[in-house]
Order: sequence, then C-alpha cells, then structure tokens
Amino acid sequence: MRRELLDVVRVDEIGPYRLLRLRRRRVESGIPGQFFMLSPPGRLLPRPMSLCLATRSELGFLIDPVGPGTQALVSAGRGDRLPVLGPLGNGFRLDVERPLLVGGGIGIAPLPYLSERLGHPPAVLGFRTEEHAEAAALVANAEVVVEPRLVTELLRPGHDVLACGPEPMLRAVAGLAPRAQLAWEAPMACGYGACYGCAVGIGGELRRLCVEGPVLSGHVLVPGTGTGPDRSVAA
Amino acid sequence: MILNASGCLDALAAPEVARSLDAYVTKTVTPLPRQGNEPVRIAETGAGMLNSIGLANAGIDRFAADVLPRLAELGVPIWVSVGGFSAQDYARLCAVLDGRDEVAVIELNVSCPNVASPEEEVVAIVSTARAATSKPLYAKLSPAVPEVGAAAGAAARAGADGLTLVNTIRGLALDERTLEPKLASGPGGLSGPALRPVALAAVFAAHRATELPIVGVGGIETGRHALEAIAAGAAAFALGTVLFADPEAPVRVRDELEGEAAALGFETPLAAYGAAHGEHPPKPLRQVA
Repeated sequence: MRRELLDVVRVDEIGPYRLLRLRRRRVESGIPGQFFMLSPPGRLLPRPMSLCLATRSELGFLIDPVGPGTQALVSAGRGDRLPVLGPLGNGFRLDVERPLLVGGGIGIAPLPYLSERLGHPPAVLGFRTEEHAEAAALVANAEVVVEPRLVTELLRPGHDVLACGPEPMLRAVAGLAPRAQLAWEAPMACGYGACYGCAVGIGGELRRLCVEGPVLSGHVLVPGTGTGPDRSVAA
Repeated sequence: MILNASGCLDALAAPEVARSLDAYVTKTVTPLPRQGNEPVRIAETGAGMLNSIGLANAGIDRFAADVLPRLAELGVPIWVSVGGFSAQDYARLCAVLDGRDEVAVIELNVSCPNVASPEEEVVAIVSTARAATSKPLYAKLSPAVPEVGAAAGAAARAGADGLTLVNTIRGLALDERTLEPKLASGPGGLSGPALRPVALAAVFAAHRATELPIVGVGGIETGRHALEAIAAGAAAFALGTVLFADPEAPVRVRDELEGEAAALGFETPLAAYGAAHGEHPPKPLRQVA
C-alpha cells in the first residue's frame, strides 16, 4: 500500500468543475469506478476521488470544489505534488453486453474512463444547470438533460446500466433497473478499510463502502427491501 | 516500539501495514456485535478529525472464533482492545481472551469522562478485569479528567500493567451552511494534531504519577512528535489518525525518529526516555509488553 507523490500537470476549468491532471508515473489506473485518495495541501485527511481520465502519461480527476479539501486540491498548480493512494475499492464489472452509462452532476466523474474502456457506449447525463452540463463533453455518445428534467427519463429498457450520481438518482435508477451497477459515495478518512467512516447500509447491515464498493449491484438496494445502502440502518 | 491506535487500522484489510508495526492493536471488541452509529461518522476539523463510529465490531464470540486466528497469522503481536458498559462486561471479555495464546496484551478501553468519579470507574474496571485474566493489561485512559495522574495512579493500584494515553476527547463540528452537527451523533471523538499537546501532557503527568510503562497516543505524525512522547515518558507510541492519510507512516516515522534522536545527541530514541522531566537520575525505563 504505497502513496505516490504525483506532479500536478495543470487544472482545467470545465464549467464549475475542475479537472485535476496529474503526471501518472507508475500508478495503475485500475478498473473504472475504483477510486484514489488524494491528499489536499494543508488538510489532514485525503479525499476519495474516482478516476475520470487515464492516458499513458496522466491521471485526471474531475472535482467539484465545494469544500476546503476539494478547493485545496484544485488550487494546486504546476510544481505542486500531491500524495495519491490507489486504485482502491471495487470498480464496475465490464463484462456487460449492452452498456448504458448513467451519470448525474459530479457523479459523471468515473464515466469518461468507463466509456473509454467499454468502447464508448451510449450515455445519459443529467445536470443542475447548463453551466454544469459543460462537463458532458468529457463523455462520448452522451445525451444530456438539465433540471427540471431528470436523467431517469432517458433510461431505456434492455440495457446494462452502469451509474454514478447523487443518492436520489441512484435510488431512482435502482428502482427502474434493479440489476444496475451503481457507484456510491460516502465520507472516507482512509479509503482502505481502516476508519469505518464510510459505513452505509448494505444487505441490511452497516458495512464499509470502501471495502464492499463503491460500486454495488442495484438488486441489493431496491427501495423497500431495506437492503441497500441505507442510512437508516444503525445500531 | 510502534503500534497503531485502536480503531485506526484493520489488519485484515491492510496486512502489510500491520506488519510494519511492532504490535497490532485491534478495534475495540465488545461483548455483543454492534453495527455502530448511523452515518455521517467522520468529519475533518481545523486541526483534527472527529469520529463517531460507535464501536462497530463483530462481538467477542465471533472475534474469538473467526478474527483472532486470522490476526495471529500476521506474525505480529496482537493487542486486543476491549470495551464494555459495565465492569462485568470487561471481566467477561478478558475471561474469553485469557486462554488465547494469540493475545499478547489486553487493552482496556476505559474512557468514561462523564462519570462522577473517573478514578473509581477506572479502579472498578481494571480490578475486575485483573481478576479475570493473567494477560498483561493496559488501561487506555481519557485525558478529559481533572487529574490524569490520579487516574493513572488508580489504574496502577488496581493492577494494570501499563497505560495507553490517550483516547480522543469530545468535540463538535457544524456544517458550513446548515449549522447543524456534521456527525449524525452530534459530537464525536477529536483526534489528530489538535490532540497532540493534550496527549503529551497526559503522558507527562502519568509518568510522574506511576511507574507503569506508557504507550503514547494522540496526534503523532512525525518522528519529532514520537520523540517528544518518549521524552514525556512514553516507552512506546501509537499512530492513529495519520494512518488514514498515510499507510506508510510507521516506516516513515520510525526512520524520522532515529534521525531526530541522533540530531539531539541521543544514541537511540529510547535514550530520550523521560528527558522532559530532567530527572537525575532518570526513572528506569519500563519496557512495554
């Protein structure tokens, strides 16, 4: 379990989001949906980020700079080096016949890399505003909706759904496509099973998302069964 | 001697990190299985971290049957942290572990800052546990008491073989926008850099109050921090919050500690033992189990 210090290549603006591009060195890109712990300068704890783009020389992370950690990450510039640990967790299963990628907001972060690995299948993306929707350019073959329209309007039967987005979106997707693969997020201090901070309800028990996920199968969390990542499951 | 703080490393999830330690301390085991607290469970603060995990664990029976044999395969001495809600809980936990060769030390998670008399609580738990096992017993104490030295002395008289200092102290963080607590449980345990001077003061006080060996815990991130814990009276130290960001911290801190000690003219890090007290002659070093 090694952290690598990666050089910041640059930070691109994509609407309100930022694409943090790091010199890759020896770091494996892993399976789409896996994540990395990125240590923001001056902060105590690293932040979990799924990989957005992988080229031969770079790893790219799409970040919504909404808090002190994410703001510190995107404030890094050329000459800065960031500690990076990963890839961690369980990514998407790629043995799917008719993939459909579904993303909402900053949850589209893992989809560009996923799309590339799956040969650019169709994607449906939803965003809060037109400005946020600029990030759709990162995903090939994407159909885009902006609120008040919801991405679930674009779901089509007969597809293998691979989704990442806010919790209400994932629950709605799971309701429509119970076999969907869903990438969840939770606050994490470590990303490798040490802190127990990322516990969510899985199979009726509070379990660590970093160990069990972050990609989980939709059928374990259909609303009403009480078995999904369910914040109401607690001692 | 470098350990992890209880609850800051899962040796089965990260065995190579556990093997970089001189002993592995388990997450606290309770008599019954516990799911732990509702999320959100963690939050970063200005100079530390809050957690409210709620002692999530499989319970002593499953721990003893399934987890302990797998931990033993790591080849690192195993310290089992136990916690309960009454002195009898601790007795039962210690009785189960007493006959297990895999267990090097039992650490009693004694952290009840809100009881009327912390010393009486420590005495009740340690003496009851003492009667239930001949294993080395370390009492992990809260620094949130009027006199840590008095609690340390109480643990010594009740039969503890050593002390782990300190556990987290209570803190609260509020959401930037809603001003509601960030953690679902409200307050949580504060760890990290903010805890370091608190831990140092507790080790300093306990070293004066007792002859027991002390494991220093609280905000140690670098070799310098470890050296200060040793100077205050710790014969060993544990890494906690730093492990979350840096799984290689044990290796790094061990290297840094050698360098920091040498830079100040100490032949070994433990040659600085008690140096903060200016003792002439110094207290003899009590090696940790």
